[in-house]
Amino acid sequence: MSDVPPDRLTRRQVAWRVAQDIADGNYVNLGIGMPELVANYIPDGREIVFHSENGILGMGPEPGPNEIDYDLINAGKKPVTMLPGGSFFHHADSFAMIRGGHIDICVLGAFQISARGDLANWSTGAPDSIPAVGGAMDLAVGARKVFVMTDHNTKTGDPKIVEECAYPLTGPSVVDTIYSDIAVIDVTADGLVVREKAAGLSFDDVQNRTAATLGGADSCTDIAVPEIA
Amino acid sequence: MIDKTVESLREAVSVIGDGAIIHISGFGESGNPTELAHALIDQGARDLTLVNNNAGNGHVGLAALLESGQVRKMICSFPRSSHSVVFETMYRERRIELDVVPQGTLAERIRAAGAGIGGFYTRTTIGTPLAEGKERRIYNGQEYVLEDPLPADFALVKADFADRWGNLTFRLSARNFGPIMCMAADTTIVQARKIVPLGDIPPEHVVTPGIFVDRLVEVPNPMSEREMIENDVHYTPGGAT
Repeated sequence: MSDVPPDRLTRRQVAWRVAQDIADGNYVNLGIGMPELVANYIPDGREIVFHSENGILGMGPEPGPNEIDYDLINAGKKPVTMLPGGSFFHHADSFAMIRGGHIDICVLGAFQISARGDLANWSTGAPDSIPAVGGAMDLAVGARKVFVMTDHNTKTGDPKIVEECAYPLTGPSVVDTIYSDIAVIDVTADGLVVREKAAGLSFDDVQNRTAATLGGADSCTDIAVPEIA
Repeated sequence: MIDKTVESLREAVSVIGDGAIIHISGFGESGNPTELAHALIDQGARDLTLVNNNAGNGHVGLAALLESGQVRKMICSFPRSSHSVVFETMYRERRIELDVVPQGTLAERIRAAGAGIGGFYTRTTIGTPLAEGKERRIYNGQEYVLEDPLPADFALVKADFADRWGNLTFRLSARNFGPIMCMAADTTIVQARKIVPLGDIPPEHVVTPGIFVDRLVEVPNPMSEREMIENDVHYTPGGAT
């Protein structure tokens, strides 16, 4: 093991970090893909109810090989299980939970996030792409808090946090907190404020990888995460 | 005496005509009325508009119905998936129209149609390209967009238990769009895994009351779309009974 502080978190460590900010008793919707990892790292002693858009509250972990039932799937169409206390409901009720402000937190992925918390995560606007939106726009405006879990930069190094989104929006001013592989950033009335940063990076390093102005230079702390493979 | 049951899938879908708007239950590969979709292929109604959350998987059920060339337009929230090969090909070849609707707006438009609501305002899509050209209104300082109800001429729905009055239950998360689609169609056609004697479904377990159901056919061992996709099954027209 190296003594050099890590300059970025693994995806599982980001998921762990998001999980620490989910309170006991919260009703939570996890977006398809990376956000699904968050369910693995809820701290002991917190009872969280996971919601799935297709009509489930009280979703449990992945089924064992002999427990798979394709009538019991999550929004990503993957087989899941139910916890005691879980319930099923139809789609209009499921989205009443989302749009009616009953879901405490949703965790979504992002293509881009703007300085004022605009979220773009449904379309790159490419002319040959087939448009598909699913429940992203409903979650973005309906959940009480919107957490975004994302790599800080694209595979080619471009910042995903920008002054103005170039991609079509999912929702304007909807993001509350961004959890990236190098920082935890709150969207506030005064703009983007770094709450925590990877221990191996300076505030300026984070700013240099971000295409929007960041605050929090004097107040941010290092992210404390356990070793997770 | 009320008896909504019919003897065959063929009889169940016989009333569907060209140009119909049809709600089809299901989310991904769960809750799809695969056998009714196949019967509709055999029946041959054309120029259809279909409403589903997705746009079919593999080459069975809804996807097979698209592949048959009977469908003019698909209204859905998420037409892309790892198994939606038929739709993607047809869309790129401009052989099918697409109307993408956010999932919650889709569900609420269907519910509104079933409940006699003439439209509703929602915050979903505000600030996005999908709100362009739509009427706006401010409530409590926040902007909302007007959405219309989305009724159907027919609904094809998969249920679990049913009785001759049309009371329905649904299996696990296969419920998804079933109950609201039953409400929203002029004629609701249901395939149920088991039709039981009246009174066998305890009233407090009824999910969709029979008032929303018109025609009912028993399909005892419904196909698993997931299994058919994994085995690359292609529906052969003429296979429905």
